[in-house]
Amino acid sequence: MKILHLPVTEEEVRALRVGDAVYVSGDMVTGRDRVHERVVKEGKMPETDLTGGAVFHAGPIVARDGEEYKTLAIGPTTSMRMEAFEADFIERTGVRILIGKGGMGDRTAEACRKFGAVHLMFAGGAAVLAADKVTKTYGVEWADLGMPEAMWLLHMDEFGPLIVSVDTHGGNLFETNKRLFAERKQKALKKLAEEY
Amino acid sequence: MSFVNNFRALYNIVMEWDRQKFIDTVARFIDYTAKRLPDDVVARLKEMADRETDERAKVMYACMLEDLDRADASSRPVCQDTGLVQFFVTVGSECKLLPLLPSALKEAVEIATSTAPLRPNAVEFPSENNTGTNTGKGVPFIEYDIVPGSDELRLTVYLQGGGSALPGRAAVFPPSVGFNGIAGFVADAMVEKGINACPPLVVGVGVAGCMATAAKLAKHAALRKIGVPSPDAEIAVLEGKLKEVLDEIAIGPQGVGGTSSVIAVNIDTACHHPSSMGVAVQFGCWAMRRGELIFGTDGVVCPTHGGFEV
Repeated sequence: MKILHLPVTEEEVRALRVGDAVYVSGDMVTGRDRVHERVVKEGKMPETDLTGGAVFHAGPIVARDGEEYKTLAIGPTTSMRMEAFEADFIERTGVRILIGKGGMGDRTAEACRKFGAVHLMFAGGAAVLAADKVTKTYGVEWADLGMPEAMWLLHMDEFGPLIVSVDTHGGNLFETNKRLFAERKQKALKKLAEEY
Repeated sequence: MSFVNNFRALYNIVMEWDRQKFIDTVARFIDYTAKRLPDDVVARLKEMADRETDERAKVMYACMLEDLDRADASSRPVCQDTGLVQFFVTVGSECKLLPLLPSALKEAVEIATSTAPLRPNAVEFPSENNTGTNTGKGVPFIEYDIVPGSDELRLTVYLQGGGSALPGRAAVFPPSVGFNGIAGFVADAMVEKGINACPPLVVGVGVAGCMATAAKLAKHAALRKIGVPSPDAEIAVLEGKLKEVLDEIAIGPQGVGGTSSVIAVNIDTACHHPSSMGVAVQFGCWAMRRGELIFGTDGVVCPTHGGFEV
C-alpha cells in the first residue's frame, strides 16, 4: 500500500504513473468551481498554504457540533468542471495533488507535467467511505460561498484507494478511455445497424 | 350550534394529527432514502460486482459496496450530493391526503434536510443564492397523476444528484432515424458525459411526440424497478438491444473501464407525430436513491426498502 504524506515533494509526484493505486495522508483542502474562480479569476489567495498540498474537488456535508465541525459525507465531484482554471490554480498555489471524480483535460495535464502535479480519482458517490478517512475538520475558509463551495480544511488519514488518472509523464487515463469508448461505440452501433 | 363548532374543532384536530403523521412519515423516508439504496438496486450492484473481472473496476465496486455498508451502519447519506428532491405522486381523487399536498411535502423536505442532514442544493437563478433549505421556487419538484375514484396515494421520492442530471438530453428527430438513431443518441450522451455521472448507470429513454413529453417519459423509465422489462414485448426487445450496445462500450464503474456500463435500460413510449419524434435520455447514478411509499386505507407500505419501518 503506497501512502503519500502531505505536503509531497516534486520527486514523489513525478515517481507516480497512470493506473497506480495510492493513499494520501495529511492536511488538505476542498475546492470546487467557486474556490477555483476566486483564486484564478478574482486573484485572491486563501490563508492556508497549499504548496505541495492537495485540493479535493468535493462539496461535503459538514455538521457543526458546538465549536467543532464534523464531515459527515464527502465524495468527489466532477473534476473536469475545474478544467478551465486548474492549470492556473496549480501555478499560483503550488498544489501538487488534485483529487476528484473522472479525469482532467489537456491543459491541466500539461500543467501537471510542467509544475509536477498529479490528478487522482476516487469512486464517485462513496462519500461515507471518504468521510471516515477525515480525522479532523479543522476549519473553513470562504464560508460565504455556501457549504458545498466553501474551502474546508481537513486532515485525512490514508484516504483511498485513489487511482492516478493524470501523471507528470503525459499519461491521462480518462482521455485514453474516452478514445477507447468512442471506438467501441462506433463498432457497437455499426453492428446494430446491420440488424435494424 | 355549539355541537357543530365542537365537531369542527375535533375534525380540525384529527386533520392536523393526520397531517403531522404524514409529514413525519415522508420526512423519515426522505432521510432513509438518502442513506440506503432500494433493495433492487443493491441486489443488482452486488451481481455486477461479482461478475466483474477488470481489476480497477473491482476496486471501484468494492469502494461502492463498502460505502453502502458504512452509510447504513452509521446512518449517513450514501453520497454527499443528496440531490434535488423530486416527488412523483399518483393520488386518488378520493384520497384524504390529497388536500395536504404540496405543502406537507415541502415541510417534509425541510425536516429531512436538517435531520439527515441533506446537503442544501437549491440554488436560485440568476442570483446563484443557495436557499439553504432544499426548498424554493419549483423545488421540491412534484408531478401529480390523479386517479379518479381511488383513495390511495403512491409517493415516489427521488434524490437526483447533479452529476447524473448533467448528461441528460432531449431532442426532436424525424421518425425515419428509427431505433438506430435513438441508440446513437443515447450512446453519444453516455460516452460524452456519462463517465462523470457515476456509472454503472440507470438509463431511462423516452420516445414521444415532442421534447417535453419524451423527457417526462424518460424520467418515468429511469424510475422503473430494476429487472422489470417494458410490458410492451416489442419495446422490451429494444431495451435488451440498447443495453447490449451500451454494455459493449464497457465504460465500467466510474468510467475506469470494465465489462459493462449500465444497471438497467428502460424505454417508455407514446405515439409520436408522423413527421417528428421526441427522444430523451435521463441517467441515474449507481447511488440510485429512489423510494416508494403507498398510503392506503389499511396503512402504509414501502415496496422499495424492506428495512424501512413505516
